[in-house]
Amino acid sequence: MKNLVEVKNLKKKYGTKEAVRGISFNIKQNEILGLLGPNGCGKTTTIGMMLGLLKPSNGEIFIDGKKIEENRIETLEKINFISPYIELPKKLTVKQNLIVYCKLYNVSDIKNRIEYLVEKLKLENFLNRITGELSSGQKNRVSLAKALINDPAVLFLDEPTASLDPEIGDYIRGFLENYKKEKKISILLASHNMNEVTRLCKTVLMMKDGIIIDKGFPEELIKKHGRKNLEEVFLKLSRSNNELN
Amino acid sequence: MSLIRIYGLFLRHFYLITRSFPRVLDLIYWPSIQITLWGFISNFFAIHSTYYNNAVGVILSCAILYDFLFRTSIGFNMLFLEEIWSRNFTNLFISPIKIGEIIVSLVITALIRALIGLVPAILLTSPLFGISMLDLGIHLFFLFLSLYTFGITLGILVSAGLLRFGPSFENIAWSTMFLLAPFGCIYYPVEILPQFFQNIAYSLPLVYIFEEARSILIDGVVNYKNIMNAFYLNAIYLLIAISLFYYSFAQARKRGTLINIGE
Repeated sequence: MKNLVEVKNLKKKYGTKEAVRGISFNIKQNEILGLLGPNGCGKTTTIGMMLGLLKPSNGEIFIDGKKIEENRIETLEKINFISPYIELPKKLTVKQNLIVYCKLYNVSDIKNRIEYLVEKLKLENFLNRITGELSSGQKNRVSLAKALINDPAVLFLDEPTASLDPEIGDYIRGFLENYKKEKKISILLASHNMNEVTRLCKTVLMMKDGIIIDKGFPEELIKKHGRKNLEEVFLKLSRSNNELN
Repeated sequence: MSLIRIYGLFLRHFYLITRSFPRVLDLIYWPSIQITLWGFISNFFAIHSTYYNNAVGVILSCAILYDFLFRTSIGFNMLFLEEIWSRNFTNLFISPIKIGEIIVSLVITALIRALIGLVPAILLTSPLFGISMLDLGIHLFFLFLSLYTFGITLGILVSAGLLRFGPSFENIAWSTMFLLAPFGCIYYPVEILPQFFQNIAYSLPLVYIFEEARSILIDGVVNYKNIMNAFYLNAIYLLIAISLFYYSFAQARKRGTLINIGE
């Protein structure tokens, strides 16, 4: 499978502070890559640069072979993002929100796309309800529908199941697994839920202080660091002095 | 430019207005109150002032013109702030909508918002005060167009500040119109201002617009030079505002403001 995402020597400086210090990685088609690290390690900054919200101080990001800085709009048509920290307009109905985003992403067959997502994510019971009045689980599914509205080749997920109860969290994880298999999309998953990462991700990157301090398959990392699970590996690496690689 | 994306963003705000009766009421309420208040003041001055005694509708017409400017500018800012308040900012800026398309969409939506508020207020003036804005004739269109352009320009400038500095710039958004109002010479001739203030006033399109309105209503004279001056200045300020908006967007991407605003 080809690399859909290529990140080369990516750096971001805010004044004198270096938030990201030269990281490189790839995400293959049909792969879910986990991005782990303690708060403030540079995950959000990295995702921000990949979404075109931030201009890198150095380095390059290619999405499906196109450099994002030179093809921002074209690249944004191929990617999407979901995070519990951003929301859709609360006063609009679910259907209205989906129509608006279909237009913003220039979706050609709006009716069919919405019907497909409504069926896939089981939105029919609240399609005409005000988005702000939905439960967190329902809102999460609507946000996911918005994130899939443009049939993205690359999906960025920032803690997609945070604040959800275990049952809904499990539903979302199952949905993402199946959707990735069906559409062969690439996913970057930033999460603090290590069970989620172990279940979904083929490869994991561990970040700390703006650099990648370790990477590999979850089982490999567990074995390499002599721990019982990924959470223990995370704790060990978070408390280390960045000298593991 | 994609008309579909422009329409998409327009639709987002149109849905918001049509879904909420209090929002529509809020749009109509303030212009109506403002015009009613100025209508009575206008009547008073018409009786007791020698300057205005031949033109009952001068103050009221200027009040309506100023309110149109105010609503357009605030309307544009409100649309931008709405994205921040609803935490939809990131969703919008990671969609493939271009900056130019955002500006065009908000410019159209701001006009519709201003008209929703102003049309009922203008209709009130005739039965209540016996005054019709149509007394300004075809030139009314040019005055409105000029005010609309300047209102949008201010809106873009303030939104550029919001992009660059984040929500802390919000207070400035509310105060710009009040800062410029004294220099606009809305209710009095420019000669009333001290010389230094007159120089500032002449560098703004507002003074030409309101001088022209008074010239037509009081003296019955159309001075095309005023209309042209207002258009030239508007063109310059609009160009500066759009350039600044693009610059602020680039700076926001550099400094990380887009991420901080969005969450």
